[in-house]
Amino acid sequence: MTTGTKAPPVSATVSAPAKPSASAARDYRGVVHDLSKTVMTDWMNQLQAAVHDGTPTAYLMISGNCVEILRCFDILPVFPEINALQLAIRKKALPYILKAEEIGYASDNCAYVKADMGYTLSGGVGEEGTMPKPRLIVCNFVGCNVYIKWFEQCAAMMDVPLTMIDIPFVRENQPSPDDVRYVMAQLRTLIEDCEKLTGRKFDIDRLREILAYSARAEEGWALAKSLCRARPSPFDCYFDSINMMGPINALRGTKAAADFFDGAVAHYQKMVDEGVGALDEEKFRIVVEGPPPYPYYRNFRNLFEKWKAVAVQSTYSTVGGTWEFGFRHDPERPLESIAEQMLMHNLCNRTMTERYAQIRAYVERWHADALVIHSVKSCRLFSAGQGDMREYFTKELGVPTLMVESDLEDPRYYAEAQMKNRIDAFFESLEYKRIREGAPQPAGSQP
Amino acid sequence: MTVVDDAVQQCRDLLDLLPAEALARAQERHPRVAGFAVFPVYAPVEIIHAAGLMPLGLFGVGNKLEITNADSRFQSFICSIAKSTLELFLRNEMKGFTGAVFSSICDVARNLASVAGRNAPGMYLEYLHLPQSSPTEACREFTRSEFRRFRDNLGARTGRPITDDAVARSLGLYNRVRALTRQLYQERRHRPGVLSAAELFTVAQACTRLMPEDAIPLLEDLAASLPMRKPVSRDCVRVVIEGSFCEQPPIELIEAIEAAGCHVVDDDLVVGWRLFRHDVPAGPDPVAALADAYVADSCYTSVRFNAAQPRTTGLLRRAKDAGADAVVFAAAKFCEPALLDYVLFRKALDEQGVPHLKIEFEEKMWTFDRLRTEVETFTESMLFE
Ligand code: SF4
Ligand code: SF4
Repeated sequence: MTTGTKAPPVSATVSAPAKPSASAARDYRGVVHDLSKTVMTDWMNQLQAAVHDGTPTAYLMISGNCVEILRCFDILPVFPEINALQLAIRKKALPYILKAEEIGYASDNCAYVKADMGYTLSGGVGEEGTMPKPRLIVCNFVGCNVYIKWFEQCAAMMDVPLTMIDIPFVRENQPSPDDVRYVMAQLRTLIEDCEKLTGRKFDIDRLREILAYSARAEEGWALAKSLCRARPSPFDCYFDSINMMGPINALRGTKAAADFFDGAVAHYQKMVDEGVGALDEEKFRIVVEGPPPYPYYRNFRNLFEKWKAVAVQSTYSTVGGTWEFGFRHDPERPLESIAEQMLMHNLCNRTMTERYAQIRAYVERWHADALVIHSVKSCRLFSAGQGDMREYFTKELGVPTLMVESDLEDPRYYAEAQMKNRIDAFFESLEYKRIREGAPQPAGSQP
Repeated sequence: MTVVDDAVQQCRDLLDLLPAEALARAQERHPRVAGFAVFPVYAPVEIIHAAGLMPLGLFGVGNKLEITNADSRFQSFICSIAKSTLELFLRNEMKGFTGAVFSSICDVARNLASVAGRNAPGMYLEYLHLPQSSPTEACREFTRSEFRRFRDNLGARTGRPITDDAVARSLGLYNRVRALTRQLYQERRHRPGVLSAAELFTVAQACTRLMPEDAIPLLEDLAASLPMRKPVSRDCVRVVIEGSFCEQPPIELIEAIEAAGCHVVDDDLVVGWRLFRHDVPAGPDPVAALADAYVADSCYTSVRFNAAQPRTTGLLRRAKDAGADAVVFAAAKFCEPALLDYVLFRKALDEQGVPHLKIEFEEKMWTFDRLRTEVETFTESMLFE
């Protein structure tokens, strides 16, 4: 088992002139957010249409997914995690969570599952609802064991066939050839299932084309994220990453997603060239670990903005893939590269200590002042052991670390006043430390 | 004291010890044997034993140790076994152990393996990916390769390659342990009350703290003496306990369930150590045989997906085979695999008209009155309906 905390290499480096400017800063969220909204809305519209028009659809999970294979058969991917996320961010999750608890889910179960199952059982999926009933359920078991239960339950409750793709956890430095063989054998089974579902033959050249679009999007992702190494950072790599996560995880393999990243990178590059940051003043640079509290997304964000703290990197954004460390899908090695990505190049299928190494690389190479851990009750994949992470960063590396708790889906676990107190106290002490040490004001901040 | 009482008492004494103390006890008979801890649910203990090590079940520490360090590492919403296991590592209470093995049962166990490893740098920690797929050829091949990797790593660590002969010998011993345990379960099923659930649980768990060479005579004595023992006969509901496959409930909880009017006729307590339904034939390649048995001959658990053997079907069959009237679903608090499985279990039981009751436990639980009343209300409603 690997326990090393050596930082992985970073794929792209962009240095930026630190030139404070008041221009365009207000627009940053608008442009890329709108670009993202356009492509995501188009997909949502396809989902809506698929409720009635018979388009073949399949459920898939986000983490280290193999959406390209579905796309190769024109099977429309449906992501229940995105459904859960949207319910939470629109503040609609609680009634569905309660509904799920009525049929036996425990208050301690992952609330993503509960919200989605509650929604499904309330008629949200299928003819009467807003989401198409899947014709196939593909469980890409990449790290999270809850995935298995969730999709088994979907399959049982909706009576839909389930294809399980068991991805061995990374437990040596590299996946072994046997691991890769095992995954590829399962991908071939998935391909057969897709052939049966659609009546079409698998076309490997089509898959190569799709993977070329994936690789282009991945390159864009890596470039955009490396732009956050600039001072000031052109976007908040935690809160604004959500604009890029939809396209990279759900729409990967499409031209639209690849184009989206071209547009996003061009925009962020311009901001960096002009010295424009995500905030009009960047005082603190943080790395954030853990998923956000979606039911209170805006409130949570404000608590950091108030301190002019911007996230320059985040682990949550890498659940689908750690593209910033160099991996790209390879059209020349289609199935192998899909298998390798599922096995190795995403956050979820790697150990906690490898996550420490990832965060450490972020802190060092993205020049962060502190680490913020948002510990969520629902998601033990992320949270179990985060106290040890705090210990490692504060005691062994001397990185100021704040840990706060709530949930990513269940609004009952968010205590605003307490959250605010903890965050204020943390930044006050960071500020005090800076004054005491006589550190120069960071670039981009007002005198 | 009868033979049975005496054997159960020995087992109870063993369970009162911390893992390192249990190891020291074994070393009195097996000088110099080092320990190798096995976190639930399953690991191929035969390979560990064949390496000249003593496989020892790592089921947390119950209330034998105050948790002072681990709860700052694992939050309040994490199961007790994860915290108490980490506490052992943080307090350097794993003296005499070469290492430990964890497997892909849940997100918590996976992170625990990593955190424990970071905090116990001298220990050799292994993580097994036990497959979550149906018994296809690819699954079988993968599992064989995973067991071989474990064997090779362990051999490299101890500096002594593990031979097929040694694995076959260990397999023979563990086959015997499992067969005798199955026999005790069978006996209890047919003559409920002959061995209480608390007694059988004590014995089964104690066997995870004994070398198989020592477990065998103990189990043989027990099996031989049971026919002479008079079953306690009471008006009871025959129940299956489900949900306790990883963290083990306090023994008092099992006693409370029985005192509340239940005859436990089957359960999934310590299930990983008695996973196989039949003896595993060693054959020419005993490591492959073990892997194949894991893939195709293990009983269902909440920590494994196997489309060929849905867990709901498994539970219904378990209840039917044991002639159970009801199911008591006893899950460790915060145990995601157990609590998520309850949803489909409950649905299946309702559809088949099997009464069921859900309870939750934690290691540090110390009062069982409320729980006993709950179970009593449940059994009375069944007995006097
Ligand atoms: S446990 Fe975490 S990763 Fe798994 S389904 Fe829930 S929120 Fe997603
Ligand atoms: S008790 Fe449950 S959640 Fe805890 S380690 Fe065991 S299986 Fe995982």
